[in-house]
Amino acid sequence: MKKSYEEMSHIYGRIWILSALGMIFAYPIVTCIYYGAWPGWKPVLTGLLGVAPIYWTVGLIEVLTFVPMLGTSSSYLAFVTGNLTSLKVPAALNAMENAKVKPGSEEGEVISTIAVATSSIVTTVIIALGVALLVPLTPILDSPIVKPAFDNILPALFGGLAVVYVSKNWKIAIAPLVFMIVLFLLVPSLSSSVGVLVPVGALIAIGAARIMYKKGRL
Amino acid sequence: MKFNPNSTILFVLAAAVIVFVIAQSVFFMVRAYRHGKEIGIDPAQMKKTIVSTAIFTVAPALSILLGVITLSKFLGLPLPWLRLSVIGAITYELPAATSTASAFGISLSETVSDPKVYSAIAWVMTLGIFPGLIWVPLFIKKIQGGLMKIKNKDGKWGDILMTSLFLGMISAFLGMVFADIRIGLAGWIPIFVLLFSALVMGICGILIKKCNMKWLETYALPISMLGAMIFAAVITPLIGG
Repeated sequence: MKKSYEEMSHIYGRIWILSALGMIFAYPIVTCIYYGAWPGWKPVLTGLLGVAPIYWTVGLIEVLTFVPMLGTSSSYLAFVTGNLTSLKVPAALNAMENAKVKPGSEEGEVISTIAVATSSIVTTVIIALGVALLVPLTPILDSPIVKPAFDNILPALFGGLAVVYVSKNWKIAIAPLVFMIVLFLLVPSLSSSVGVLVPVGALIAIGAARIMYKKGRL
Repeated sequence: MKFNPNSTILFVLAAAVIVFVIAQSVFFMVRAYRHGKEIGIDPAQMKKTIVSTAIFTVAPALSILLGVITLSKFLGLPLPWLRLSVIGAITYELPAATSTASAFGISLSETVSDPKVYSAIAWVMTLGIFPGLIWVPLFIKKIQGGLMKIKNKDGKWGDILMTSLFLGMISAFLGMVFADIRIGLAGWIPIFVLLFSALVMGICGILIKKCNMKWLETYALPISMLGAMIFAAVITPLIGG
């Protein structure tokens, strides 16, 4: 019997994601062999200790939060190409919203995959071009005139995105929004670990939505 | 072998991985497009998705490129190019590099010249982020199975649950914008930018609905984002951020 699109997505997805894993490990391995420069366990473990506990946890949280939004194929793709919160997830959400398809539906799966793939290809090409043209580009991108524009890329992105989602679902949005604004006002240093707060916001939103839903207010 | 963080072999290695990732993207894109046609999605809609996503991606991609430039001062070009094109993000890679350099008792103030320091940094970056690639194949079926159960039990609640997930994410980022307001007016700049972006998006929404400008839908998010970025570049020198 012919396997369904969804089942094949899992099979192809696993092949690609595990091959990607091999490719990514090839870089440090080949570097060490070529230069005969194995760093030894100690500095690697010490360095890793500084970042891994947070990164591994955030990685797991990202999988739990973003897989339902993205769908099958785009999850296998987006976790390899990276930059999820600032690029791939908003791209997929915006594409599904414009195409008027629901995440998790068959149509949503297709549109989300096309969006994540397009975004990955365009990003990779732009970065490659940028690396090739680094010498003429650096003074422009590094100039103090342009700097504030890039410093504010996240508010610029999420402002527009918020209008679409918050206006449609303002009842669900109130609780997590108020919580987050108060939290960041009280503890500004949290902005470096916003990734950890995404699931916190999600849990608050889900809790508030559940209560309103039970009471028949949604 | 004399070590150089910009050597040809490192460029070739990075390029090989990046080409692989592009191939993966093309593979899934073609598959999704064909399947979309099979299940009756209008090809025009899929093309629109490609165009609007491509435009939307330009500004964030340039901001990632800025990250490559920042890291290249310490690590040469190939490693940052690879890390930020594939799985990484500047917010991960810079602390990983700093943490490793401090394990050697050095600070990242100039280009790394010791191959051992360099390879240790490459290892920490790789080991620091690779679990994401294992969690996905390990958990994806369980997560989706759980969601399906919820949806089959109560379809309406399933939809509300998904919406709540998005709103949770958006709330975290909206909240973050308020982090700096205690430093004075300059700390308000991100809020002004956010509001400006929201305003442009709102105007786009009105034009789409009231003036029937359907074509604008494709460009509304990139327009509000770029507009707000330009706004940031204009008001920052005025406010003195």
